[in-house]
Amino acid sequence: MPLYHNDDQAMLKDSVAPFVAEQAPVAHLRQLRDSADATGFSRDLWTQFTEMGLPGMLVPEEHGGLGMGHIEAGIVLEEIGRNLTPSPFLSTSVGAVAALAKAGGTQAGRWLPAIAGGEAIVALAIDEGAKHRPDRIATTATRAGNGFRLDGKKSFVLHGHVADMSIVAAKSDGGITLFAVPKDAKGVTADPRRLVDSSLASHVTLDGVEVDADAVIGEVDAGSEILDALLAATRTGAAAEMVGVGQGAMDMTVNYLKERRQFGKLIGEFQALQHRAAHLYGEMEVARASVMKAQELLDQGSEGAKLMVSVAKAKAGRAANLAVREGVQMHGGIGMTDEYDIGLYMKRDRALAEYMGDVHYHIDQVARMNGY
Amino acid sequence: MSDADAFRAEVRAWLEANCPPEMREPVRDESDVCWGGRKWVYKNDAQKQWLEACVAKGYTVPDWPKPYGGAGLTPEETKILKQEMKRINARSPLDSFGIWMLGPALLKFGTEEQKVHYLNQIARGEIRWCQGYSEPGSGSDLVSLQTFGEDQGDHWVVNGSKIWTSYADKADWIFCLVRTDKANKYQGITFMLFDMESKGVTTKPILLISGNSPFCETFFDDVKVPKTQFVGEVNRGWDVAKYLLGHEREMISGGGAGGDMVSIGALFAKALGTNDAGELDDPILRAEMAAFDVDVFAYRAMGERFMDMWKTGRAHPASSNMMKYVGTELNKRRHELVMSGGGSDALEWDSDDSKGGARARTWLRTKANSIEGGTSEVMLNVIAKRILDLPGA
Repeated sequence: MPLYHNDDQAMLKDSVAPFVAEQAPVAHLRQLRDSADATGFSRDLWTQFTEMGLPGMLVPEEHGGLGMGHIEAGIVLEEIGRNLTPSPFLSTSVGAVAALAKAGGTQAGRWLPAIAGGEAIVALAIDEGAKHRPDRIATTATRAGNGFRLDGKKSFVLHGHVADMSIVAAKSDGGITLFAVPKDAKGVTADPRRLVDSSLASHVTLDGVEVDADAVIGEVDAGSEILDALLAATRTGAAAEMVGVGQGAMDMTVNYLKERRQFGKLIGEFQALQHRAAHLYGEMEVARASVMKAQELLDQGSEGAKLMVSVAKAKAGRAANLAVREGVQMHGGIGMTDEYDIGLYMKRDRALAEYMGDVHYHIDQVARMNGY
Repeated sequence: MSDADAFRAEVRAWLEANCPPEMREPVRDESDVCWGGRKWVYKNDAQKQWLEACVAKGYTVPDWPKPYGGAGLTPEETKILKQEMKRINARSPLDSFGIWMLGPALLKFGTEEQKVHYLNQIARGEIRWCQGYSEPGSGSDLVSLQTFGEDQGDHWVVNGSKIWTSYADKADWIFCLVRTDKANKYQGITFMLFDMESKGVTTKPILLISGNSPFCETFFDDVKVPKTQFVGEVNRGWDVAKYLLGHEREMISGGGAGGDMVSIGALFAKALGTNDAGELDDPILRAEMAAFDVDVFAYRAMGERFMDMWKTGRAHPASSNMMKYVGTELNKRRHELVMSGGGSDALEWDSDDSKGGARARTWLRTKANSIEGGTSEVMLNVIAKRILDLPGA
C-alpha cells in the first residue's frame, strides 16, 4: 500500500477538516476554558461527531461502527490537533475501542455499540505515577465472591470524572487483568485536576471496588496483550494528534513570518529564520511519515507495528515540540501573550507529549526492542 | 491472486533462479559495487553473471521503457522488485551516474535517437558517465560557471575546468555544463555530452581528508564537441541541470540516505557489551544511539512516502531538497556515532584490523554529504523559497 491517503481517505479529510475547523476552532477551546467548563469537552460537539459517525470509526461493523482503521482515525485526530479541540475521541474512540475490539466478549458487546452511538465516554486508567510505566502496575485485583476487589490509585486519567466507564489495568494473581469499571461503582473516586492545556485529568482512587467476574475485559491474567493493543492505538493516535498540533503551530508561524515587519523588512526575509523554518518543515514531514507508517502497520496487524509506534510517538513528540518552541520564539513578545493562539499550541503539545509515554520513554523502548 | 501478488511471485522465482549467492552478501567495500563501463574489470564471475541476467530482463533500470533497456515496470511493480531484492539482500546489479542522473534527464529532454542510443548503453553498463558541474569558482553558486564552448559552426571548442568530478578518471563519457552565451547568465549554458578520451581532456585526482581520491579536477583544453552532442536546447542547459539536480537529490533520498534500517545500537551492543538488564553498557551513548535510531527509522518511513508520492506525481517538486537535507545530516550523525562506538579502534588509519581505516575514512567521507549535490544551507534556502514561500528567499 502506498504511504499516502487514498481517494476515500482524502474524501474523509475533506469532510472532517472543515467540520472541525468550523465547529471547534481554537476559539471553542478558549470558550470552554474561560467559562470554567467542568466537563472537559462539549457534549453538543460530541453529538455532532456522532452524527458524522466519528466515535465509532474504529468499532467493527458487527458492533455498529464503521470498521475503519488507524489511518482514518488519524485523519480525525490530526484535525483535532490542528484546532486544539477538546474531545474524548482519543481515549474513547481509539484507545478503548482498540482494547474492547481486541478482547471481544461481554464487555465488547456492551460498550462498543454504546461508543459507536455516542452514548458512552470511556476513560483509560493505566498510569499510576507522574510518569508512564505500564509495566509496573501496582493496582491489585483480588478475587472476592463471584468477582474481584480492586485497590489502587490511578493518575492522568483523561475524562475520568465524567466517563461512563473506565478501563482499569490491575495486577491479578497470574498477570495483568483489565476491568471495565462503571461510573457508579462503589469505592471509586475521581479527583479531576485542570492541566496546563485546560484539559481535565483525574487522580482516581479505587478503594475496595467490587466488580463482577464479567467486568473482566478479555480473560483473567491475560490482559497484557489487550493492554498492548490499547497502548499501541492510543500512542499512535496521540502521535497523529501531535502532528496536527505541530502542523497548526508551524502554519501559523510561517504565516506570521510573511506579515510581521522589523528593520523595514518582513521577518521571513531573514535567512536566520528561513533556515529554522525550513528545518522545522523537514522534521514535521518526517514525523508525519513515521505516524502514517505506524498506522499502516497497525491496520495490517504487522509484527513491526510496536517498534514503529514507539518511533512515531517519539518522532512526533520531538517534531511537534520543535514546532511550538519555534512558534513562540518567532512570534516574539506576542507569542508570550494569552491573546495569541501559539501559546495554546505549546500547552497542548506538552500534555500530548506526556500522554502514554514521552519522547524519552519511547526512545528507550526503541533501544529495548532492538536488543540494547 | 491479485496482479501485485502474481508479480511478486514471478519476481521472487526469477531472483531465486538468477541472483548468485555471492551477490546476496552485504557490500563490504567499494570494489563490491559494479559501476560498469569500458574499463570495468569484474570482481568475480558472479558479479558479471548477475549484471548480465539483470540486463537481459531490463532490471538494471526496471522502471525505464523497454525500448531504452528497461523493463517498463509501473511504480508499484518497481517497489515490489526492490522489496524482493531487499528480502534476499540482493546487491544492486549496476550503480551509475548514468542511471541516477543522466538517464532521467534524457528521458525528459532527449531526442528519440539519443534515448535509444545513450539509454541502452547506460542500461547495459557499457558506458560509465561522470558529471561536469562544479568549477573551482562555482560551487553553491553553480550558475556562475565559466567553462566556455566557442561556436565553430558544426562544433564547439570547449575550454575551462571542472572540479569534484566523481570518478572522472574511471569514466568513459561526461555530461557537462558549458557556457555558450557569456551575456546571458541562466539562458547561456548548454548541456553537452562528450567522450573523456576526446583530445584535450585531462583529469587529476584530488586527495581528500579521508586519504582517498573519489573526485577529480577535469581540464578541457580546446576540446572539440560536435553540435549533435547536447541535450535539450542550446543555451537552455540550465533547465536540464536543475531537473537533473532534483533527480540527484531524489537518488540520495531514495537510496537509503541516513543509512539502512539496521539499528545502530544493536550493532554496537555486541561490541561494547550489555549490562544485566540487557542495556548497552554506556548509558549516554546508548541514549544517543537510540535517539538516532528513532530518527533513522522515521526517515525510512519518509523515504517510502516520498518515493510513493514522487513516482505518482503527488510530491512537491522541491521536496527532494528536504529529503537530501534530512538524509545527509542523518548520515553524518550516524558516522559520528560509529566513531564513538568504535572508540580507539575506529581511529586506526591503515591497519589490517581496521580494514585500512575503513571507519575513519568513511566518517570523513560523509562530511561531504551535506556539501555535494547542493549544500544543506542551499537546500534550506530552496525549502524556504519554494515550499514555505517565504519572502525574498
